[in-house]
Amino acid sequence: MRVRSRSRARSRRALVTTVAAVATAALLLAGCAQDPDEGPGRGAPSTGTSGGARTTLTVGVFGAFGLQEAGLYDAYMAQNPGIRIEQTSIERNENYYPQLLTHLGTGSGLADIQAVEVNNIAEITATQADKLVDLAKAPGVDKAAYLPWKWAQGTAPAAKGGATVGLGTDIGPQGICYRKDLFEAAGLPTDRTAVGALWAGDWNKYLETGRTYKAKAGEGKAFVDSASGVMAAVTGSSAQRFYDDQGKVVYKTNPAVRGAFDLAASFATGGLSAKLQQFTPAWDQGFSNGSFATVSCPAWMLGYIQDKAGPAGKDKWDVAQAPKPSNWGGSFLVVPKAGKHAEEAAKLAAWLTAPEQQAKLFEKRGSFPSASAAYKLPTVSGAQHAYFGGAPIGEIFAKAAEGVPVTVVGPKDLVIAQNLADIGMLQVDQKGRSAQEGWEAAVKAIDNALDQ
Amino acid sequence: MTDETAVLSPSAVGPERPAAEGGGRGRPGQVWRSRRYRWDLRWSPYAFVAPFFLFFAAFGLFPLLYTGWAALHQVELTNPDGMTWVGLRNFTRLWDDAFFWNALRNTVTIGLLSTVPQLAIALGLAHLLNYRLRGSAFFRVAVLTPYATSVAAATLVFVLLFGRDHGMVNWALSAVGFEAVDWQNGTFASQLAVSTIVIWRWTGYNALIYLAAMQAVPGELYESAALDGASRFQQFLHVTVPSLRPTIFFTCVVSTIGATQLFGEPLLFNGGAGATGGSDHQFQTLGLYLYEQGWVNLHLGRASAIAWAMFLILLVIAGAARLLRGRKDSR
Repeated sequence: MRVRSRSRARSRRALVTTVAAVATAALLLAGCAQDPDEGPGRGAPSTGTSGGARTTLTVGVFGAFGLQEAGLYDAYMAQNPGIRIEQTSIERNENYYPQLLTHLGTGSGLADIQAVEVNNIAEITATQADKLVDLAKAPGVDKAAYLPWKWAQGTAPAAKGGATVGLGTDIGPQGICYRKDLFEAAGLPTDRTAVGALWAGDWNKYLETGRTYKAKAGEGKAFVDSASGVMAAVTGSSAQRFYDDQGKVVYKTNPAVRGAFDLAASFATGGLSAKLQQFTPAWDQGFSNGSFATVSCPAWMLGYIQDKAGPAGKDKWDVAQAPKPSNWGGSFLVVPKAGKHAEEAAKLAAWLTAPEQQAKLFEKRGSFPSASAAYKLPTVSGAQHAYFGGAPIGEIFAKAAEGVPVTVVGPKDLVIAQNLADIGMLQVDQKGRSAQEGWEAAVKAIDNALDQ
Repeated sequence: MTDETAVLSPSAVGPERPAAEGGGRGRPGQVWRSRRYRWDLRWSPYAFVAPFFLFFAAFGLFPLLYTGWAALHQVELTNPDGMTWVGLRNFTRLWDDAFFWNALRNTVTIGLLSTVPQLAIALGLAHLLNYRLRGSAFFRVAVLTPYATSVAAATLVFVLLFGRDHGMVNWALSAVGFEAVDWQNGTFASQLAVSTIVIWRWTGYNALIYLAAMQAVPGELYESAALDGASRFQQFLHVTVPSLRPTIFFTCVVSTIGATQLFGEPLLFNGGAGATGGSDHQFQTLGLYLYEQGWVNLHLGRASAIAWAMFLILLVIAGAARLLRGRKDSR
């Protein structure tokens, strides 16, 4: 759903886009003002064709969220002639999220519906629940339709009232995207089942495959795009990551995190990584230049790869099952109480996250549904991706999604994940530091960040 | 004040006053009018400048003081109203904060790396522009265009130029037999790259300021210098530069302030990691560190303390500059 879901700085392009987006939004608003359909005066309720007063609902999202692109707003507006939906988007979650907090704090400047990234949802439920509408009670919301762990993530702790303030949109079950031509050249199997079998059940086998690949592929060909990509995938397959069930920060002592860090570092120190930083232009170029053979790809990344690798990459890329079921990314929709149309907004949020709409979002954008009820729908279960050699992505990702453990999320997940990747793992990957040095640098930065 | 009364006394107040003193013979209307006139003279200027001060109080002074107040508290962006008094703790902890000192050091290095060449080049450029040359208006506009470019756009281009694998700078370096440089990851390399962006953007701006000042230098000085047999370069060194001293001081002050607040360039120069300023914080400036504390880590109190520390550092620099200048003038 958001290609930028990893909540890191896709920075300069992102800022430019933000500026451009603001400018475009301004132009659009100006355009709306002159729209003859709107009747006289844009603030005044329109007395147009539908007869009744029209309600404008705003949706604030980050990145290319996909709700608009999948045509969901248009469909809702067609069903509800009294409603008009406008979306504002900020490219990077790093810019979007602090602004959302500021607006929640002052109770102004909020959209009627706001998107929240999974790395921020625990902080939102823990600190902002009283400012948000309890969506469990919104019409059309069916708790049973959602993956239980996704539902739990959007629900505030009992001490904070236990309201379900966030409705899950997508999740990020992962596969491994790989280049068939490069695999073939290295004497590895190319069929996706056989490829999946190479590393099934163990991330270490993925590393072993990488070593085999490197031995045959020769110089200048890397097995993975970046060490931090591997780390995100491996940490995503453990139930406990940075926090324990009691909400205590345990990333330092949790063997799952340290294990993932060291395993990913082996890719860097073993010369298996292309040493790229994800979501930078160099990374984008890597997709089209074939500088690496595999990348851990959550469902939402398929469209991104297709964009960046371009037509030349068609039928070269394929997707196989990841070593272990793992989740990376996903989002929620929340409805601030301060909004003018909270009731209508709750209805819309419920509709947007209903299984049918999530299935449509998957069909159009590749964002995988968090509503498990959607998996049975033919648009999901039978989905194939033409660009990835007709891979049965519905089947692959549904299998991954159902195996993903119930992840414990904590309020500072974003900061911890970000520093592990952008300080620790990046030092190992790009500066040639040892895993131990990288880890210590990350811990130091995280300690400083968490200390109030 | 003294000037004002000097101007007033003969024309306005002067002739009226004997009449008023002479036992109240003046008509009351006249007294009232003259009083109103005096009030007008005295208070109207304040009314005229008031809008600025009102705006300054609202958007300059209040945020400044409020930031200072917040710096004495523990306050998080998740709950900006919930402030807990911690006294000077946010400041004292900066002493032990390796990231703060690193950012300060980077700010100074990048500041020097950008300001010194920038002003030197600007001075040279201004000198060239000061010649009688064809199409001078074109060149004057041309030097200003980088300044008119947005930071984001400029940095975007520079990041591509300084790319590790496909960048043009590395391509040129390897063409003349040098090793490719990892501009993002090297400490000095990254700081140099960031400085280049700053230099590119601000040189033309400073050049125009110098040019304006140069054109106010009396021509006779150059004529007599030329009569004494001074070359163009000697004229520049011994006539232009001394005449420009106040202007140079001004640009130094402005550039120092700009360098201390450096933010956009290092933020955008980092392809993917936002406010960290590189994986080793190698080009994280104070501005970036403030941003990271406030808007990534959400600690508004600590961010406020950094903001005030930056303000105090600027005051210290200003004080030092004043001392230096004062000593020079008295010599």
